[in-house]
Amino acid sequence: MKHLLSISDLNAMQAISILDTASELARISDGQVKKLPTLRGRTIVNLFAEDSTRTRISFEAAAKRLSADVINFSAKGSSLSKGESLKDTAQTLQAMGADAVVIRHSASGAAQRLADLEWMSGSVINAGDGTHEHPSQALLDAYTIRKHLGKGSRDLQGVRVAIVGDILHSRVARSNVLLLTLLGAQVVLVAPPTLLPVGVESWPVTISYDFDAVIAQVDVVMMLRVQQERMSDLFFPNSREYSRYFGLNSERMSKMSAQAIVMHPGPMIRGLEISADVADSARSVIVEQVSNGVNVRMAILYVLLAGGPLEMVTN
Amino acid sequence: MTTSHYILKNASILGGAKSDLYIADGIIKEIAPNIIHEGATVFDINGSIALPGLVDLHTHVREPGREDSETVLSASKAGAKGGFTALSAMANTSPVADTAGVVEQVFRLGQEAGYLNVFPVGAVTQALEGKQLSEIGAMADSVARVRVFSDDGFCVSDPLVMRRALEYIKKFDGVIAQHAQEPRLTVGAQMNEGEVSAKLGLKGWPAIAEEAIIARDVLLADHVKSRLHICHVTTAGGVEIIRWAKARGIQVTAEVTPHHLLLTDDLAASYDPIFKVNPPLRTQKDVMALREALADGTIDIVATDHAPHSSESKDCEWQEAAFGMIGLETALSIVHKTMVQTKLMDWQLVADRLAIAPAKIGRYDAHTKGLTVGAPAHVTVINPEKSWIVDRDLVLSKSRNTPYHGIELPGVVTHTFFNGAATLIDSSVVSKVVN
Amino acid sequence: MSVALSAQDISRALMRISHEILERNHGSSNIVLLGIPTRGAHIAQRIAKNISEIEGREANVGTLDITMYRDDLRLRPPRSIMPTSIPASGIEGKDLILVDDVLFSGRTIRAALDALGEVGRPRTVQLAVLVDRGHRQLPIRADFVGKNIPTSQNQSVKVLVSEVDGIDEVLIEGGE
Repeated sequence: MKHLLSISDLNAMQAISILDTASELARISDGQVKKLPTLRGRTIVNLFAEDSTRTRISFEAAAKRLSADVINFSAKGSSLSKGESLKDTAQTLQAMGADAVVIRHSASGAAQRLADLEWMSGSVINAGDGTHEHPSQALLDAYTIRKHLGKGSRDLQGVRVAIVGDILHSRVARSNVLLLTLLGAQVVLVAPPTLLPVGVESWPVTISYDFDAVIAQVDVVMMLRVQQERMSDLFFPNSREYSRYFGLNSERMSKMSAQAIVMHPGPMIRGLEISADVADSARSVIVEQVSNGVNVRMAILYVLLAGGPLEMVTN
Repeated sequence: MTTSHYILKNASILGGAKSDLYIADGIIKEIAPNIIHEGATVFDINGSIALPGLVDLHTHVREPGREDSETVLSASKAGAKGGFTALSAMANTSPVADTAGVVEQVFRLGQEAGYLNVFPVGAVTQALEGKQLSEIGAMADSVARVRVFSDDGFCVSDPLVMRRALEYIKKFDGVIAQHAQEPRLTVGAQMNEGEVSAKLGLKGWPAIAEEAIIARDVLLADHVKSRLHICHVTTAGGVEIIRWAKARGIQVTAEVTPHHLLLTDDLAASYDPIFKVNPPLRTQKDVMALREALADGTIDIVATDHAPHSSESKDCEWQEAAFGMIGLETALSIVHKTMVQTKLMDWQLVADRLAIAPAKIGRYDAHTKGLTVGAPAHVTVINPEKSWIVDRDLVLSKSRNTPYHGIELPGVVTHTFFNGAATLIDSSVVSKVVN
Repeated sequence: MSVALSAQDISRALMRISHEILERNHGSSNIVLLGIPTRGAHIAQRIAKNISEIEGREANVGTLDITMYRDDLRLRPPRSIMPTSIPASGIEGKDLILVDDVLFSGRTIRAALDALGEVGRPRTVQLAVLVDRGHRQLPIRADFVGKNIPTSQNQSVKVLVSEVDGIDEVLIEGGE
């Protein structure tokens, strides 16, 4: 495996081995070891053509804990904001000897274009492309779910997950649908009909417009961010009505089953899709998602960069 | 007048019986077995098929304005290579072809190039803005004698503007060629809306955005009793509406592009913008409906929507890339592959859909007579037995945005004659057309 | 392919190593055995079992994964990370015995020493291996060796253990 562009690049065993690797790395970093020499001498470029502090920092921490050299290349002040093409930027990165590029871009498919066009020879890791996918987020979500609800199993067989909110524009939702179902979970998407893509019927999920009917039935409630500008695009009447039907507040949360957890990929809009008391409640694993993110991204970098272009060996 | 005259020996006329064709003085002089004329250049085409010279009703030649991606001359050569003897230069140039001055310039550039007739299409509205009618009458009366008007690239979305345009062109038997795309339903749209767009996270372009305009405009055309032509129909639903309109006797004609007869939206999964086109590639179900409609005449013609783009406007992210693909040089082969090899059409129907019918819609009278004695000698020869592999580095268009690079296609155009002059001999475009 | 050690040979060699470890370290009170996954970890368990039976008290034993410390990662496909488990006694001030199946280039042991540096500071570090096949690329030697098997570079030595492979055997392949 050279690139991580989409969850569909992975089979179940590969996904599980990334999660297992992340678990071992978590044990190492929970101990005294803060830094491993694994990627010493490798250069990883964070190419962020769209603002995302948390994902960039997470990848940067992961790369540094593996002793890689990290170059940050963000949109503001970079040539990408001056209309330079993705192609020219990639060729620059190639000339700088990047072993891997972690790319965040507003265009769906930008990571795949970077990988396919051989503008550069290194690995490409998709850190979110438009409204397409965000595979590292899905892997850290799966890792977090497995840790809480996996009951020692390596996959997510039998776990029931509700993904709630703006599915249409969510790369997090797309990657999670693919990964969670690949690992055996049952996924239900909860959203107003306007925020579900035409063609969603072909996804391996069930669909509900009724959050209250779903909430008691699931083990995980994954809330998605809803951008305010969707209102002006007529996706819903106003934020009050959205919150009433699709927000997670403490009253709704009280209907959740005993072990169920609340997740959010961040950044949250408290008061719109999630209330502050829910975000800070004992059920919420939102902060833990962030710390798990570093271990999962270390595992991704390790799997993609530590070896030659051969398949992972499980011994 | 003639310095060159030609005998095409052993031509299968429209795919039928073999005969010889004698071309002299710019016309087809004789169609008979064993023609002999002193001094005539003889091409023994050995059973290849002779068709009337192809006519494209929908070509973007980019001149004036984007001569880096195509010129009238380069489009003319690409056309000759593909078997065309006439093309219709779309109005979305820079400046827009919304005055007599611009259409006359394009028309003259076509005559100077000399490979085929370049019939300019006039803009319906000034600057293609959809607000004020352009100088439609002046363009119709100009040397270019414009009869086809289109804002192609944009839809004439305002129903009142569309109504007035349809009415106005009745004065000189014109036709409005509508780019059917409801703009509010396609803001930022990138590809066909459906399962593939849902998966790829690319903004969807619903079929209804096309069908709603077709439905509205056939009703308008019926109401004002004028001629409407629907550009590049892509959906099974659009076909149904046109079928209904024709059954009611509405004066509507329609075109389909070669790429919509073959390619489908799942190609977008590569995120390679070579497959990004307006209107977008649709589903296999739509492709089959379009083929059937072309065969039964619901769709009247094939038009290329040849849309050259420089490499930088395709060598980028999908959503940044330009819409469009080139098609003049591959059109006949794609029709061969999708319609003839599938036995949906014979060569006689091909001659109608790619030459006679488009000429009739555009009122290109010199191109409507087909392979008949006395008709202007616009002739295309295709060897249906041979095949070729498309190489984007060998196209005659100045742009190389063909979606068929590396693909083997059936049928090789070997000869083209325009007004009695050879423009393509043994699949090579002549360096200068000699009359 | 030939059998270099049978199940009985292996059992005898490990018993001898167990005794040598006890002799060198004056009993088991201060020793910690760390096996290198996969097969070294099982061999360490067997030595620990021998020592426990001889001494009548549980020996400290764990595993040390060195995957992330290898310097040849670029040359080979990535391996799954195996668990590292340090016994409750820790390794600080202990006499630590690294256990692996085969000693070859010495690079695994170098990586193990790096990995140990992150865990703590033992009093001594010793090395026990079932097979020493020569061809060292680093100045590293074993303190306890089950059997020296001279090999050529293009041969390979395979250690099979019943916990993983269903059989105890050491095989030499190729390079005739």
